[in-house]
Amino acid sequence: MFEAFDAVFLARLQFAFTVSFHFIFPSFSIGLASYLAVLEALWLWTGRSVYLDLFKYWLKIFALTFGMGVVSGIVMSYQFGTNWSVFSDKAGPVIGPLMAYEVLTAFFLEAGFLGVMLFGMNRVGKSLHFVATLAVAVGTFISAFWILSANSWMQTPTGHLINAAGQFVPNDWWAIIFNPSFPYRLVHTVFAAYLTTALVVGGVGAWHLLRERTNEGARVMFSMAMGMITVVAPLQIFAGDQHGLNTLEHQPVKVMAMEGHFKNYPDGAPLVLFGWPDQAAGEMKYSVEIPKASSLILKHAWDAPLKGFESVDRKDWPPIAIVFWAFRIMVGLGMLMLALAAFSLLARVRKRLYDWTLLHRFAVAMGPAGFVAVIAGWVTTEVGRQPFTVYGLLRTVDSASPLAAPAVGASLLAFVVVYFIVFGAGVYYILKLMSHSPHRGEEGPQRDHPVRAAGITPGPAVAESIAGGKEV
Amino acid sequence: MPFGLDLPTIWAFIIAFAIFAYVVMDGFDLGIGILFPVLPVGRERDSAMNSIAPVWDGNETWLVLGGGGLMAAFPLAYGMILSALYAPIIAMLLALIFRGVAFEFRWRDPGHRAAWDFAFSLGSIVATFAQGVTLGALLQGIAVEGRNYVGGWFDWLTPFSILVGLSLVIGYALLGATWLIMKSEGSLQARCYRLAFGLGIGVILAMAAVSAATPFLRDAYWQRWFAWPQVLFTAQVPLLVAIATVVFFWSLKRLHHYTPFLAALGLFALGLIGLGISLFPYVVPPVISIWDAAAPDSSLKFMLVGAVIMVPIILAYTGYSYWVFRGKTGHEGYH
Repeated sequence: MFEAFDAVFLARLQFAFTVSFHFIFPSFSIGLASYLAVLEALWLWTGRSVYLDLFKYWLKIFALTFGMGVVSGIVMSYQFGTNWSVFSDKAGPVIGPLMAYEVLTAFFLEAGFLGVMLFGMNRVGKSLHFVATLAVAVGTFISAFWILSANSWMQTPTGHLINAAGQFVPNDWWAIIFNPSFPYRLVHTVFAAYLTTALVVGGVGAWHLLRERTNEGARVMFSMAMGMITVVAPLQIFAGDQHGLNTLEHQPVKVMAMEGHFKNYPDGAPLVLFGWPDQAAGEMKYSVEIPKASSLILKHAWDAPLKGFESVDRKDWPPIAIVFWAFRIMVGLGMLMLALAAFSLLARVRKRLYDWTLLHRFAVAMGPAGFVAVIAGWVTTEVGRQPFTVYGLLRTVDSASPLAAPAVGASLLAFVVVYFIVFGAGVYYILKLMSHSPHRGEEGPQRDHPVRAAGITPGPAVAESIAGGKEV
Repeated sequence: MPFGLDLPTIWAFIIAFAIFAYVVMDGFDLGIGILFPVLPVGRERDSAMNSIAPVWDGNETWLVLGGGGLMAAFPLAYGMILSALYAPIIAMLLALIFRGVAFEFRWRDPGHRAAWDFAFSLGSIVATFAQGVTLGALLQGIAVEGRNYVGGWFDWLTPFSILVGLSLVIGYALLGATWLIMKSEGSLQARCYRLAFGLGIGVILAMAAVSAATPFLRDAYWQRWFAWPQVLFTAQVPLLVAIATVVFFWSLKRLHHYTPFLAALGLFALGLIGLGISLFPYVVPPVISIWDAAAPDSSLKFMLVGAVIMVPIILAYTGYSYWVFRGKTGHEGYH
């Protein structure tokens, strides 16, 4: 089995599959950790129990999401070595330290305080518990910072030299970390995580409002989520546009694939809305286009010249159709998110936020849209980097481990089976938790009575009475 | 560098520390998974699970530091080892998935709790066995040419690597049993005293078998252990193992709560020191040393700043988190 396949292609499929699955969880948990911190802060500030109920409602979901993110993330940290050993040898001196910093400054912080956040409310009291929640939220952001820096360096490598063994040797760490595409990618990805979370929270709130219009928890979460989307969706479109301009400057070939430009356009390139990019023939088929609009968007001038794939050596072409379509899926969903933002704003102004059924249905339908958009965006940028792992410098075919196709094929099959069973079950449990309507006296992941005033150390009970933690 | 220490050596010690921290901390987590089949369903299992639920995630992070640190500090070795040991590494990763999700899933789905308990246990056993096999395969040496692995994808499979795999399963089970002696009461604790006795004997036999086999793997290991005069130094290791063993069985008999776990940790620390004596300064035996595999100084220096600042902070808040959840664990659960 698998002998007929190309080992490098299988390794790419395996990486794409495992990273896409993995990315789903942090894109939700980054936003959810911040949302939990906001809910707990509001509870501490206002004393309204609805915030505590919502905190516990989403904390159970966070525990599941975070756990799946951790176990799928460990796979990523080893897969560079198992399947991309040559890449690890050559690029390890640059991206290895960035990932080591991610572990040292983010993973331990998150993991160390997660236990307290999930199970420690009765043991440490409210204030320290809030500190733990904040630590987890900050940890998720620091993690995004380092891993996106590493990823961005692969897209726009700067600050390194190349030694005799062909390794990338760090020369200027500041230039490596803050490489040209990093600030744009960081903002765009973190906004995406916030939007994804807001869409899920809004979808769940809307679902419960459709059944019970007066549910206080559903109202609060729906209102908060729609407010977030109203602010972030337009910002995200602006950030995405800026990121695109940055890509045009540093990775123009990727933009050619996103735009579907095969020909050179010396006096203004059209905006291809739809079409079929035929890589073999080197042309766009059945294209529906707006003349010169692409030049207007990318260069802010109708007649600005843009080059196409005919100016690029074929061996440097990425898989164009995948990039072209993934980009359209992302942008299309972004426009729908903007529509949801506008609709909810209208409902809010007219004071119909909690009883406009059409809005609620729309929000439910958009619940998973963030995940699809995140994966589509990720595919756009990663497939658009091909055929390189380190853009322009190290080819993907020269990066892989010397493994035979059957070995990679077998592991790929195992990952597919295990991921669908395990994460399928996890998603089912999350949906089950979401289907319960939020209610007063919500249970957290922990039972609300203290876990026996521990045998030999009465400490927790003392701490509890000091902190007045009885309220929970 | 003062004391003749250079950056690759410092990093070799940091990574050895991360591996030790991982083996100790995730060792007892995985050990509880290994013991799960012999714990009765209900109170005892729930109690065992609760004793590690708040800390397992942090414990597993040391594995990520070990992997990430190896990639950053010794990128050549990272690529060689992981691609040479492809099958056991992938098996470990998949097994850790089942083990990790079971913590939450078993509480979310009481109808299928037995299934997730099975996944927890099998995942723990397979992950541990795969880690032991990886270690054994590394000790017996990896075929490399230039900067690449050149062996087949089943070269790791030998009687020796299987022996190390089984030994580690027994070793982690011992850590799990002694951890539970510390964290539990009543019937679970009584059961763990009995288990720890048998496992203790198993660990001593396993250590003896692995120690006896290792010098025969390569002549270099034989020289390392038995050549004069360093035999004066290396002979201290089996001596200390004997002392730790006596302390272990003595404390079991006296029904101490903490000492058996500490003595088991001592045995593991001595095992790691023994490993270091065999391997150092090779990271991919028999040819690649830490200096061959090391990243450039600019990488090692940059990371060293982070490690020097962050590792003490990490140890401090990890200690805090253990302090918060100190004492005996109840069975009704944090859940």
